[in-house]
Amino acid sequence: MMAEMVEEIVSLEEDTQKDKFLTFSLKKEFYGVEICYVTEIIGIQPITEVPELPAYIKGIINLRGKIIPVMDVRLRFNKEPIEYNDRTCVIVVDVKDISIGLIVDAVSEVLDISANDIVAPPEVNVSSHHRFIKGIGKVGNDVKLLLDCEKLLTDDDASVITSLKK
Amino acid sequence: MSDIAREPILEMYKFEVAQMLEQLEQLTINGEKYNKYSDEEINEIFRIMHTIKGSSAMMVFNGMTKIAHSIEDLFFYIREKKPENLDYSRITDLVLEGADFMKSELSKIEDGIEPDGDPSKLVENNRGYLDQLKSIDDSDDLETKKDEGSKKQKYYISYNLSEAKNIENKNCFKACIYFEDGCEMENVRAFSVIHSLKEYVSQIESDPQDILENENSLEIIKREGFKLVFCTDRSYDDIYNILNKTIFLKQLDLEKIDESETEQHIKKIPQIELDDKPIIPESAKIEREKEASSKALQQNIISVNVTKLDKLMDLVGELVISEAMVTGSSDLKNLELENFNKAARQLKKITAELQDMVMSIRMVPLAATFHKMNRIVRDMCKKLNKDVQLEILGENTEVDKNIIENISDPLMHLIRNSIDHGIESSKEREMKGKNEKGKIILEAKNEGGEVVIQVKDDGKGMNREKILKKAMEHGIIDDPSKEMSDNEIYSMIFLPGFSTNETITEFSGRGVGMDVVIKNIQKVGGLVDVSSSPDMGTTITLRIPLTLAIVDGMNIRVGNSIYTLPTTSIKESYRVSDDDLIKDTDGNEMIMVRGQCYPVLRINKLFSINNSCQNMEDGIIIMVEDGVNTVCLFADELLGEQQVVVKALPNYIKKVNGITGCTLLGEGSISLILDVSGIIKTYKK
Repeated sequence: MMAEMVEEIVSLEEDTQKDKFLTFSLKKEFYGVEICYVTEIIGIQPITEVPELPAYIKGIINLRGKIIPVMDVRLRFNKEPIEYNDRTCVIVVDVKDISIGLIVDAVSEVLDISANDIVAPPEVNVSSHHRFIKGIGKVGNDVKLLLDCEKLLTDDDASVITSLKK
Repeated sequence: MSDIAREPILEMYKFEVAQMLEQLEQLTINGEKYNKYSDEEINEIFRIMHTIKGSSAMMVFNGMTKIAHSIEDLFFYIREKKPENLDYSRITDLVLEGADFMKSELSKIEDGIEPDGDPSKLVENNRGYLDQLKSIDDSDDLETKKDEGSKKQKYYISYNLSEAKNIENKNCFKACIYFEDGCEMENVRAFSVIHSLKEYVSQIESDPQDILENENSLEIIKREGFKLVFCTDRSYDDIYNILNKTIFLKQLDLEKIDESETEQHIKKIPQIELDDKPIIPESAKIEREKEASSKALQQNIISVNVTKLDKLMDLVGELVISEAMVTGSSDLKNLELENFNKAARQLKKITAELQDMVMSIRMVPLAATFHKMNRIVRDMCKKLNKDVQLEILGENTEVDKNIIENISDPLMHLIRNSIDHGIESSKEREMKGKNEKGKIILEAKNEGGEVVIQVKDDGKGMNREKILKKAMEHGIIDDPSKEMSDNEIYSMIFLPGFSTNETITEFSGRGVGMDVVIKNIQKVGGLVDVSSSPDMGTTITLRIPLTLAIVDGMNIRVGNSIYTLPTTSIKESYRVSDDDLIKDTDGNEMIMVRGQCYPVLRINKLFSINNSCQNMEDGIIIMVEDGVNTVCLFADELLGEQQVVVKALPNYIKKVNGITGCTLLGEGSISLILDVSGIIKTYKK
């Protein structure tokens, strides 16, 4: 509820960023994240592995002196990993003061998707990765899966990490 | 008043008041120690209370205002009347109680709660004592009153005039001076009038009073003229002539008045007192001077937001890294670059200097933390009825700001413990032939890359048997006959749930304190050491690194990953062969070194790293210790020693066992800093 309100305020304040989504691809699917979360896009960097973390957290990288964790979105969505290549990108997002890099296959473009073109994801198996999808955007004949960044970061991560510590 | 209106100045208010309260505490405790408040101290306390009163009133914190006001009243009286035979410990109590009250209110403000404490009881106490003082003063016989009377007159002289002139004061005048319109700077002219009169008059009072400081006075002088009342031995004509010389004088009214009227005029307003030097014993005087000089040292400080310093430090760290990236760039290889190398060396020198400088900015002297202990000693002594003197040595030793925050609590516990358990009562001490007054020495000094802080008392020392017995009761050890060194036994007092004192007192004895000591010290990477001898006292030594931000590290490689071990924790490193390994029934590996058996931990197993050496011959063994335990780590290779800037892991990752943080290596890659005690802890589980 609160988050929604904040979002509303943000979107009102930053009107230019309203309804804009950065789209990227994983395998054949296209995903979108709200542009207001994105701080920058960088190429793949040398990653330092950190022990005791869930597999989808690949480690940490040095972003101009700032050290941020990176998450392989493929692994996050339980897809098979691929070798990183020069198309591989790291999208740095800032969610609730946490900076994190998202490793994706390739970044495509920034799209306008108005609220009218976004539909709720179908109710299927709750345990599937639908929980990270906020909505489905229609752009022409394509569909883009719009990610819920906050859930991507916070959902079950805490529990995974704490259970690992035990 | 709404919170919003307060918000911007609230931060300033909190900071200011907290600082002043600390100062207040020190001042009063000092005063009590010498059993005499110097005029300077009284003025200072008065000033502090006055400021707190003012700013609290502005913020509408009524409780604070009231208590500050009542203390201010008390000190106003002391300042004005200089009552003799003051009960300094009583005054100190009152002030400290007030300070405590204000501190608790302040912490309420800090938590965002309305400070609603009721100071009326404290205020009443203060008023009660003030009344008591007044009544003592009044009941003094007439003679002293007379004495005081003449003395008082002396106080009412402004501008340092000699007493001789005072006696000859015959004529008193009232003057009103009007300056010409448009002459500008009337206040400055008025001041020069006073100045010119100073030579001839004894008492002088002007209206408006604060001519130079107050901007309004200019307007008043313009409008109503500049009024003066003074006494002099000169005649009316003399004075008239002097005043008539005033530049831009428009009109001068000078009239003679009788003495009583002058008194009335002058006494209305509190005056600046002449310095009446207190008689202090010679030795105390020297001490005071010493303190005064250290005070000057303390005050030569500006306050900067720590986050800004952190940011600065990050930037410098990055600068160092990018410098290494430029000078070590692979593009430059195989090129003859004489001038470039020269310039690069210069750059390196400057960045290194800059880094040292930034580090030193974060260093803070221990003085403030140490002086806080005075208060604790005082309170404890009063409550426990012991006589203990705290001696502070090396208070100017500097350590990193973060570290200071972490050692204040441990020091407090150690000192409480010393007073409560260590130092005997005066009677007991006398029987033992010791000085009646117990002594605790709090000392800090630099030793290599560490700061050593010692808390030394001359109490009864620790009782080996008692500690052993207690340890048995609490199930900390199971066999007292086991060989244990004195140090090992003494160190047991730092274990959680350990308390040897038979009776639990208000201050210590719940057994929660001492393990906090070790926890906090370990948090900053320090070590605690205890030594004690019966009836001679106990010494507890804290060894703390100078800073947390820079660590001397040894870079090691395991597989493709690079880790950094703090050099202080490394004992030695050597190569062994597979045959040297001993395996126990659970498959744990051990190694025998000079007759001692140590466990071997493979870092690759610990952190599940693939593609690293498996054979002992290919890798290297590094023996590390955390002050208690020693283990051998197995890594692929030693890469070399380097000073590294410690950075925290991103919040998102939270805490990883065995890793304290990370650091950036020269080429911009990240190395994880290993936490030896964390690794040992995980191993033990």
